[in-house]
Amino acid sequence: MDYFFTEEQQMMREVAREIAEKKIRPIAAEYDESGEFPWPVVEAIAEADLFRVFIPEEYGGMDLGTPIMNMCIVTEELSKACGGISLGFAATGLGTMPILVAASDEQKKKWLPRIADGTLAAFGLTEANAGSDASAVATRAVLDGDEWVINGTKQWITNGGEAEIYTVFCVTDPTRGARGVSTIVVEKGTPGFTFGKKENKMGIRASATRELIFQDCRVPKENVLGKPGSGFFNAMKTFDMSRPGVASQALGIAQGALDIAVNYSRERRQFGQPISAFQGMQFMLADMAMKVEAARALVYATARLIDSGVEKKPTMYSAMSKCFASDVAMEVTTNAVQVLGGYGYMKEYPVEKYMRDAKITQIYEGTNQIQRIEIAKGLIASAAKS
Amino acid sequence: MKIAVCIKQVPATTEVKFDPETNTLVREGVDSQINPFDLYALEEAVRTKERLQADGEESSVTVVCMGPPQAQDALREAVALGADETILLSDRAFGGADTWATSYTLGLGLKKIEPDIVFCGMQAIDGDTGQVGPGIATHIDYAQATYVAKIESLDKKKITVKRLVENGYEVCSVKLPIVITVVKEINEPRTPSLRGKMNAKKAQITTWGAADLEAPVEKLGLSGSPTQVAKVFSPPHREGGEKSEGEPDELAEKLFGLLKELEIV
Repeated sequence: MDYFFTEEQQMMREVAREIAEKKIRPIAAEYDESGEFPWPVVEAIAEADLFRVFIPEEYGGMDLGTPIMNMCIVTEELSKACGGISLGFAATGLGTMPILVAASDEQKKKWLPRIADGTLAAFGLTEANAGSDASAVATRAVLDGDEWVINGTKQWITNGGEAEIYTVFCVTDPTRGARGVSTIVVEKGTPGFTFGKKENKMGIRASATRELIFQDCRVPKENVLGKPGSGFFNAMKTFDMSRPGVASQALGIAQGALDIAVNYSRERRQFGQPISAFQGMQFMLADMAMKVEAARALVYATARLIDSGVEKKPTMYSAMSKCFASDVAMEVTTNAVQVLGGYGYMKEYPVEKYMRDAKITQIYEGTNQIQRIEIAKGLIASAAKS
Repeated sequence: MKIAVCIKQVPATTEVKFDPETNTLVREGVDSQINPFDLYALEEAVRTKERLQADGEESSVTVVCMGPPQAQDALREAVALGADETILLSDRAFGGADTWATSYTLGLGLKKIEPDIVFCGMQAIDGDTGQVGPGIATHIDYAQATYVAKIESLDKKKITVKRLVENGYEVCSVKLPIVITVVKEINEPRTPSLRGKMNAKKAQITTWGAADLEAPVEKLGLSGSPTQVAKVFSPPHREGGEKSEGEPDELAEKLFGLLKELEIV
């Protein structure tokens, strides 16, 4: 369907699509198997200026006023070929969001141009005992003169170990609960900042997931984003903007699996005809296509709403797009495996990977149960207002 | 250092049509692309420029293409892939050129640019002659190195290249200026960048016709082509040969008989 993109947005899609087809698709299975970090692809993404699309022009970017839509377009295209490799890009977007949301001009000048050029970023919120309840973070930052001294461990951090710039959520005032959390930027190589082992995951295996370990790690006082105590607010505002990104990753995975399923159904012959001639197969493919298109419409509408700035709190819609698109991705990829039958279950064929990759989109950046709570909260609050 | 690249726009499909009058390719109204081998030439040119610039030397890449006005698209794509300047050699008088007239015309364009290195693809996927690169070198009196798989070193006066030859590789040092034709092994071409695409949209494409090249018309296009295509056809399907089965001794005897019959032995 034509969603009436600007000429520049169409160019972004073409640029991303060429990388997906020429640089990602041929090596996706290999990186999924090895779990190696796809640096050559990340470099190609950087050289193609795609890390610029969510960063304002004054900081080396090319967001052209629509950072979220641009991020969604690129993430969707890259994810069609591999939902794991695309994360090097998408998780950098997530890690950058707190800087975009809360940083001063000086701080933006310090970090954003590097990210625009292709330096990876990562978002450090989750801990062993702070998942859905993000306010329960225990990583502690104590001001000592002109420096924050950080202690604690972040868990399951995407791009962990590969990224250079980390936005880390730390408790700076334990007496204030969620209002005592601050966002602090920590750069790789800072003494006292190390990484745990690389996690061995079900899907998105070409993406790096590691612990961030802080042991008396000292960073300059001016690395705190916004006011101390605004961290939880920054995190929530980040999610409002970043969840369409996860949604578009899910959307790309779903579309990629659907494309494979449709092509296969035209080639695979049983009972003397292509299986695409069977109504049972047609109904399945039609349902898959309908849901993917509905997800796409919701994701794009949400991204445009956020970029327009008319909605101060787009939380409910961000949650809807993430929840709906990821549920669709899980369903569509599962059915794509079904379309390919026994072949679909084999690793020689690409669809089982799409199914494994899809699962995480229902879990991270807020489980889909948390998304439904956000949606309900939004519904109830707006009903109470009217 | 001034670097030039010659590219050709070729049909993007395998269903090519021929003009029955001239027996040359019909290029109008056909989806087209940059000749894939030329993408390696362009990539090597851009990489060479980037290396030189990183060493603080000035360098630029000019891409030259001979073709109908629609070949502008190929030149715009070249800008998206890192070209700085683009020149289209386009004139009705250039039409129907064989490899002699094509390399002559491209040579005239290149003479105006005066590049230190000219990169070409090893051949085009439509004509498959591999003659235009060497032809250019001859017409403009440049050195040439064909089937280059690697640039070993480059300085202001000479270049050392590794050539792919039948039995392996050959390394040679050649004085500049030079025409180099490249093989696929030389690099992995990049995909277009967003900035490149935006520049491509705005790019000014210079067009030079026969008058700009001050070219004698009789040396251009169809009239300047010593070769004329007599006939273009798809080779007929090969019929299956005769097949015999049996014991080795019996078969050997039969085969010997056949060879004798054909007066081969």
